[in-house]
Amino acid sequence: MTEKVKQGPEINVIRITDNAIDQFHAKREELIPILMEINQKIGYIPREAMKEISSRMRIPQSQLYSVASFYHMFFTKKTGSHVIKFCESAPCHVAGGREVWESIQEQLRIGPDETSPDEKWTLISTSCLGVCAVGPVMMVDDDIYGNLTPDQIPDILAKYE
Amino acid sequence: MAYFRSHVLVCNDPECLGKGSMEIMAALEAELKKQGLNNEVEVLDTPRIGSCENGPEILVYPEGHHYLHLQKNDIPYLVEEQFLKGRAVEELLAKPKTDAAQELREPTEKEVRVVLRNCGEINPENIEDYIAADGYAALAKVISETKPDQVIENIKNSGLRGRGGAGFPTWLKWSLTRKAEGSKKFVVCNADEGDPGAFMNRSVLEGDPHSVVEGMTIAAYAIGASQGYIYCRAEYPIAVRTVNIAIDQARELGLLGKHIFGTDFTFDLEVRQGAGAFVCGEETALIASIEGKRGEPRPRPPFPAAEGVFGYPTNINNVETYANVPQILLKGPEWFASMGTEKSKGTKTFALAGDVKNTGLIEVPFGITLREIIYDVGGGIKNDRPFKAVQTGGPMGGCLPENYLDLPVDYEKLTEAGSIMGSGGMVVMDDETCMVDIARFFMEFIQDESCGKCVPCRVGTRRMLEILTRICDGEGRDGDIELLESLSDEIREDSLCGLGKGAPNPVVITLNHFRHEYEVHIYNKECPAKVCRALINYEINPANCVGCTLCAKNCPVDAISGERKQTHVIDPDICIRCGICKQVCNFDAVVVK
Repeated sequence: MTEKVKQGPEINVIRITDNAIDQFHAKREELIPILMEINQKIGYIPREAMKEISSRMRIPQSQLYSVASFYHMFFTKKTGSHVIKFCESAPCHVAGGREVWESIQEQLRIGPDETSPDEKWTLISTSCLGVCAVGPVMMVDDDIYGNLTPDQIPDILAKYE
Repeated sequence: MAYFRSHVLVCNDPECLGKGSMEIMAALEAELKKQGLNNEVEVLDTPRIGSCENGPEILVYPEGHHYLHLQKNDIPYLVEEQFLKGRAVEELLAKPKTDAAQELREPTEKEVRVVLRNCGEINPENIEDYIAADGYAALAKVISETKPDQVIENIKNSGLRGRGGAGFPTWLKWSLTRKAEGSKKFVVCNADEGDPGAFMNRSVLEGDPHSVVEGMTIAAYAIGASQGYIYCRAEYPIAVRTVNIAIDQARELGLLGKHIFGTDFTFDLEVRQGAGAFVCGEETALIASIEGKRGEPRPRPPFPAAEGVFGYPTNINNVETYANVPQILLKGPEWFASMGTEKSKGTKTFALAGDVKNTGLIEVPFGITLREIIYDVGGGIKNDRPFKAVQTGGPMGGCLPENYLDLPVDYEKLTEAGSIMGSGGMVVMDDETCMVDIARFFMEFIQDESCGKCVPCRVGTRRMLEILTRICDGEGRDGDIELLESLSDEIREDSLCGLGKGAPNPVVITLNHFRHEYEVHIYNKECPAKVCRALINYEINPANCVGCTLCAKNCPVDAISGERKQTHVIDPDICIRCGICKQVCNFDAVVVK
């Protein structure tokens, strides 16, 4: 899995973008893997990255935004250090997901699609993660937590700096 | 060649060796010889039988008996019982796992594992395990003995239908793609399993990826394709990794790439990931995504068989469809067709989720009833609560109530009942589920995932969601039900793709079977299942309340008042109906009305 680059002013967006483009040979049909690589390394797809792709691959920025904004896993705005994805689908809902969802929002004091003021957390609801036998389920970065109950949330969140 | 009626595998992993597995093996061989059985029972050593803390361990086939923690003096008795009397030695057998959260348990007697046969049994990252389980034997047979048209004929005779949901005859799709004109052809696997509650494809890709690779290669041979894609959703990173390893290993052995098995046949595969769009499970949207575009469906015709990826003829099938192919060709189409019903042959995997005791993956022959699935295989409803409905087919499927429990499951019967097979997600609901809330829930999902291209879906489902939300919030109006019905008709009629056309299904079928629940919400402003927040009140029953103050202390909005040892009271104007007071009360004093 692509490792996220540590946040900081020294992230070289252009270099990461160029590497992504080169990795996939600047092919038009590989646009989604290219965007995914940038999204995973930086946490989102910054404006500068879009401009660089547009310039190197000769694709209008409007088309790039059209593709990037279509897919749920691409972020075009900066995300927190940790992204929480909570499964909002029916099996998790039926297994008691609503109470857990509310507990998370209460704990973090943010709503869906919001980033906390200290930029530590971004909370989103996601569609089915495919681990429905252990619902309710959430992912924090790449870690999956199942069989959730509201009282487990503070302990899980405390693990992340 | 010697014929052995039984095989014993002795684990020779380092841990087991350290515990004396070779002495066990020697003791077995000696005892078998003493009993005159050494020409009937073969003893072999092999790695990775189980987890290392249970050694020395052995596996006895064909029964599959797994014996653990063996000692030398267990052997004479074991040989006598197992091989002379044909009985398992219970005390030495591995106990079945009973972890409720397990995804794939020991199969119950009503289950038949075709697609799932290797999952959990082999190491998916080792191609040799797959080969040892008859892997790639079908491909070898097909390439050396069978003409492409005959392969398609065999698939036709098996009755295999697309397992992605539509149930289109697989042989016909292959045949149309074969006949289409194009300088090159593609074979694509739809692994964008986005149906909430469905994780069958994920399990096959993680547990037995080669079955899909082999199936696709056979399809490519039959169709005349040279390139393939497995389009897998990015929410499945482990599956993506496992499939990539499988592809690399197949290539190394000459089972993928140029000159497969030394013939002129060339076929290579690549994994493409999605990026979080449910609609990309629709075949034309999937193709657009492979091409690097927005995953928007387009009108058909032309169908992908004529014009697919980059405009070339393309065969798209689901993971499960491909996974069935090698065994159909190895064991013969008649074997496959002997299972199932008249028009739905073979088996189907289902993912049981929701309020059922044994959640997880199952595989059963078509024709089994919903009751058997939920109660016999699924173990019944959690906490033995009453059954209310079972949702089949994902967010575009329908919720079937109690009177459908004896429905035999197959494509036609489910469609007649107003639902669909879908990819195989089955969500079981008990009496604490509100059907209006469920309909609203699915509509919210559809709204989120609608690609936005066509008005009936984009705007129509939005309007339906608004109405359903109003009803759940206690603001339902006279005429809402009729409006939902007429919107449903229009959206079904006019939407561009399957997502739109299927979007109103949960509403239509819940209106059909649970109409009174909608009416109670609208006219009585009540939620019988006590789910819709705006329509319920939390109250404290004075008969049970002892005044422990636990509820008041835990209430996030300070809605509860009362002195110690006095009955407490909840203020309905402040209460947000979060349910925490009911959870923490040890005296059952909080009731929902």
